[in-house]
Amino acid sequence: MKWSEFFVTGEPMIYGAMVSIVLVSLAILVGLTYFKKWGYLWREWLTTVDHKRIGVMYIIAALIMLFRGGIDALMMRTQLAAPEMKFLDAQHYNEVFTTHGVIMILFMAMPFVIGIMNVVIPLQIGARDVAFPRLNAVSFWMFFAGAMLFNISFVIGGSPDAGWSAYFPLASLEFSPTVGNNFYSLALQISGVGTLMTGINFIVTILKMRAPGMKLMRMPMFTWSVLITNVIIVFAFPVLTVALALMMFDRIFGSQFFTMSNGGMDMLWANLFWVWGHPEVYIVVLPAFGIFSDIISTFSKKNLYGYKSMVVSMLAIMLLSFLVWAHHFYTMGAGAMVNGFFSITTMAIAVPTGVKIFNWLFTLRKGKISFTTPMLYAMGFIPIFTIGGVTGVMLAMASADYQYHNTMFLVAHFHYVLIPGTVFGVLAGMHYWFPKIFGFRLNEKLGKSAFWLIIVGFNVAFMPLFFLGLQGMTRRQYTYSESTGFGPLNMIATVGAFVLAIGFVVLVYNFYWSFRHSPRNEGGDPWDARTLEWSTPSPVPVYNFARVPEVHEQDAYWYSKKKNVPLYSGEYESIHMPNNSGQPFILGIVMFLLGFFLVFSWFIPAIIMGVVTVIMLAWRSFERDHGYHISAKEVMATENKLRGDSV
Amino acid sequence: MKKTRWLFYTVIVSIVMLLSGCDSSLVVLNPKGPAAKTQSDTIIFSILMMAFVLIVVYILYVFMLVKYRASKTSDDYEPPHMEGSKLLEFIWTLIPIIIVVILSVVTVKSTNAVENVPAGYENEKPLVIYASSSNWKWHFSYPEENIETVNYVNIPENRPVEFRLYSYGPITSFWVPQLGGQKYAMSDMVTTLHLLASNEGSFMGKNSNFSGKGFAQMEFEVLSMTPTAYTDWVKEVKDTAPKLTESEFNSLVKTSFVGRKSFTSTHLEFSPPPMTSEEMGDMNGKTDENTNKTDSTDMKDMENMKHDN
Amino acid sequence: MKINDTLPLEYSTEENSNKVFGFWIFLGAEIALFSTLFAVYFTLWNRTGSGPSGSELFELNGVLWETFLLLTSSFTCGLAIHAMRLNLKKPMMIFFGLTLLMGLGFLGIEISEFVTYVQDGATLQTSAFLSSLFVLLGTHGLHVSMGFLWGAGIMLQIKRHGITPETANKSFIFSLYWHFLDVVWIFIFSFVYLKGLM
Repeated sequence: MKWSEFFVTGEPMIYGAMVSIVLVSLAILVGLTYFKKWGYLWREWLTTVDHKRIGVMYIIAALIMLFRGGIDALMMRTQLAAPEMKFLDAQHYNEVFTTHGVIMILFMAMPFVIGIMNVVIPLQIGARDVAFPRLNAVSFWMFFAGAMLFNISFVIGGSPDAGWSAYFPLASLEFSPTVGNNFYSLALQISGVGTLMTGINFIVTILKMRAPGMKLMRMPMFTWSVLITNVIIVFAFPVLTVALALMMFDRIFGSQFFTMSNGGMDMLWANLFWVWGHPEVYIVVLPAFGIFSDIISTFSKKNLYGYKSMVVSMLAIMLLSFLVWAHHFYTMGAGAMVNGFFSITTMAIAVPTGVKIFNWLFTLRKGKISFTTPMLYAMGFIPIFTIGGVTGVMLAMASADYQYHNTMFLVAHFHYVLIPGTVFGVLAGMHYWFPKIFGFRLNEKLGKSAFWLIIVGFNVAFMPLFFLGLQGMTRRQYTYSESTGFGPLNMIATVGAFVLAIGFVVLVYNFYWSFRHSPRNEGGDPWDARTLEWSTPSPVPVYNFARVPEVHEQDAYWYSKKKNVPLYSGEYESIHMPNNSGQPFILGIVMFLLGFFLVFSWFIPAIIMGVVTVIMLAWRSFERDHGYHISAKEVMATENKLRGDSV
Repeated sequence: MKKTRWLFYTVIVSIVMLLSGCDSSLVVLNPKGPAAKTQSDTIIFSILMMAFVLIVVYILYVFMLVKYRASKTSDDYEPPHMEGSKLLEFIWTLIPIIIVVILSVVTVKSTNAVENVPAGYENEKPLVIYASSSNWKWHFSYPEENIETVNYVNIPENRPVEFRLYSYGPITSFWVPQLGGQKYAMSDMVTTLHLLASNEGSFMGKNSNFSGKGFAQMEFEVLSMTPTAYTDWVKEVKDTAPKLTESEFNSLVKTSFVGRKSFTSTHLEFSPPPMTSEEMGDMNGKTDENTNKTDSTDMKDMENMKHDN
Repeated sequence: MKINDTLPLEYSTEENSNKVFGFWIFLGAEIALFSTLFAVYFTLWNRTGSGPSGSELFELNGVLWETFLLLTSSFTCGLAIHAMRLNLKKPMMIFFGLTLLMGLGFLGIEISEFVTYVQDGATLQTSAFLSSLFVLLGTHGLHVSMGFLWGAGIMLQIKRHGITPETANKSFIFSLYWHFLDVVWIFIFSFVYLKGLM
């Protein structure tokens, strides 16, 4: 292979990006050396097994990916702003929308959700960490290796170009001969395995490590949503693992699963992809439902309305999510019977979702609603998500879907579901739990400005797409002629997209501003909230809970405040903690290299990396690491210091 | 929440403006055939049902946000503990269920309607047209008339047309929004789409499923004409157009973009289509070893032929 | 580390019982994985293209030996765990060793079978049926291979440290894994080989 084939060449924009990537990397390296932060970075972050730090790393990675995917989005909107634009050519546009989709779903929404899970769940259930802290670090570094492998395709080898759903035969070697889709299959595979392990880890954590007295029906709603989400992960991700493996075999080893000859079956890919893909939507949406439940309850100063039906409806959504995949290809000609069945199961999901919407609305009733930034996101979510939901019901009707399928109407629909559902959810959660980790709140004024820019920009960007769809504009078309009449609405949408982008810039600027100027020492409970995590000091000490809390009711902390029943009793005891380890980070590098070598079919280095992986596993198995103890005295000193200042 | 209400009004006003402004350009809601009409009616019915749901949610939403703001309550107001109400929760489970049941009935009926020959035309012999896609164009073969066109298709008005769809490459989707919804064209199975144009006219048709670089240009014109004009056209093609040879067809499939073309023979003889979904179903039903073998060899032959080019 | 003496050794600490529970969930994911592979196989099993079909390819003899070895190894694995519960280190090691040896035998036969298939011109690239067959069997075989390495590692640890809560926990989890592979094999035996030979 020649170097000119190895690096992506011939695109001025990509050259620019290459230069900036090199410059930024150099700046980081120089900065770390100059401020002597290498040791700090290694000891405190790269080797950490602390769920809070892992969570923060997930969220930082997700924010970076949000900007990468967002720039992709702006490029697409610029290209579509007017008829016959010459900003991107067809191939480049195809790569951009493919990476936009993959990154936003798998490397932005998923890690953001998982990051918040990591930060919050042990704190909410009164645990000192997740069940398997080391495995948690492995999950993170697998995800990160996958994300980096996927992103590197942009400058080395070429990006995937067959859409985020990578339908065969388009994604086969015959029609997509660059290594782009090899990057797709291997990067998703590596991070997917990490996600699967997260799923196992959190199920065990939630089911086995709750504080005494916290029965299942006393868990905060976010914990419930995470438990259900992780069950979906455990049953859905193996399907993706298989699908991606078969894709890899087809592309790299010449097998015949999805080919057009020798018995291959292209529809099999679509089925496998969506058997995972539809539950995946609920994997990123359900935790957001949980976040909104906690936030709405906190800021209306009321317990959640209809707790039991909230749980039941999430369980119903979980089961139904595995029974609806074929609605992604009604047009495949399966016939009226099959399509009718999937129409009904799909519409049935509207019932539990509706129950949740009404329960949220009735939580507000007779409350005392304060409009903080997290609450604004939650309140923005309800009306917009409902539009997404009802258009979802419209799309579920097979006969009508024959007209919406593959059009901008569909694009508008899923952005109306995923942006308020997932993005607003994680942004709300980030603003809400931020003080718990860092000890200060994000500025409310900047937070609210960002919110208004985002919500207005969002609607201006995506509302026109419903109408463009009904006008016959298909998704993924890189250009259109003036005679189609798609021009004006597209221009409006592009303006909206840029407003949305400004909103995100303000949101990030808020980190900087608040880091400089926000008041510290607001105590452990700045929102006057209800669940256990707020009973700890902020920032939370490494061991989370100095003494294990005792739970008697739902919203345990709220009732301990109201009824003056202490959550904690007894003496401080010494606390057993896991040791940091560099192994997960090294494993991440090994996985990255393994994936990279396979992408280019460099089998000998790939086999070496495979052997190294086995050695790494053995190393872990033979290791005798029993962690360390924080003495009772030290715990007491920390607690006095943290609580003395604030409470 | 003044801003929320302001936003709400803007959204409503802009929807009304958009709907009235581009009514005729919303091709999906401007049907010219029975299938598209059924779909358009289904869509409008579902929009009305969903508008009802939206209004209920929005009224409750605005009411709660206006009435229970912290700024409207006294400082010492303690919100009550409320467990939920069995009756209310039952109501907002039941009403959505009723809505879903109604929509399900509509869906099943309308899906059956558009999957079959339009009502009233069952006894008429449909015009069969094989529509196959290759990167990035559409081939239309008329087996009865023994003619073939590329990137345009003429049909007689008021006669059911049975499109048989398949692909010489990536999955594509055959879509003529004003005549009816789309269906996939795939490489190893023929799918069937029943369309009918109620009157004369020119309609935009396109591939709606992403299929690579030339996807955006993969459009074709459907021209519906009177039966006499149609026979005249067929005759004209037969008189003037060349024969489609195998080598010509193969080079056509390989060329990325070609304009309109007409031929006096079809590619069906030397490059036959794969099986329809019904035939496939029959094949899967048989588990007897011998039948399986013959069937799979049939399929092999067919695939070999298809990939000879 | 708090050790609860009323529970079996492999469950005796909180960490141990979490690990066993976590492994059960992992096996749930493995069931999903193998179900998907079986679904792929059943979808493609009669799409043989220009290649041979199952009945032309399969030889019952080797498969019966594979089945015999794997089922017996599952039994000896159970005996090893029984010995572990009785705190009998030596029998435990012997039974574990037998288990792994039979696993190795299984792998040997499977590999020689693959070699025969390839010599007969039936490769991963020949047809959709063969692709799905090789990937299904290969995934199971890869699991057995990993199990062999894992089991060998655990034996070394028992040799070094004796039967402790930690090694007992690992051995027990390994036995769950090994039994699971046995169950998957029974499905492969019935639905791939027997059905293919019919």
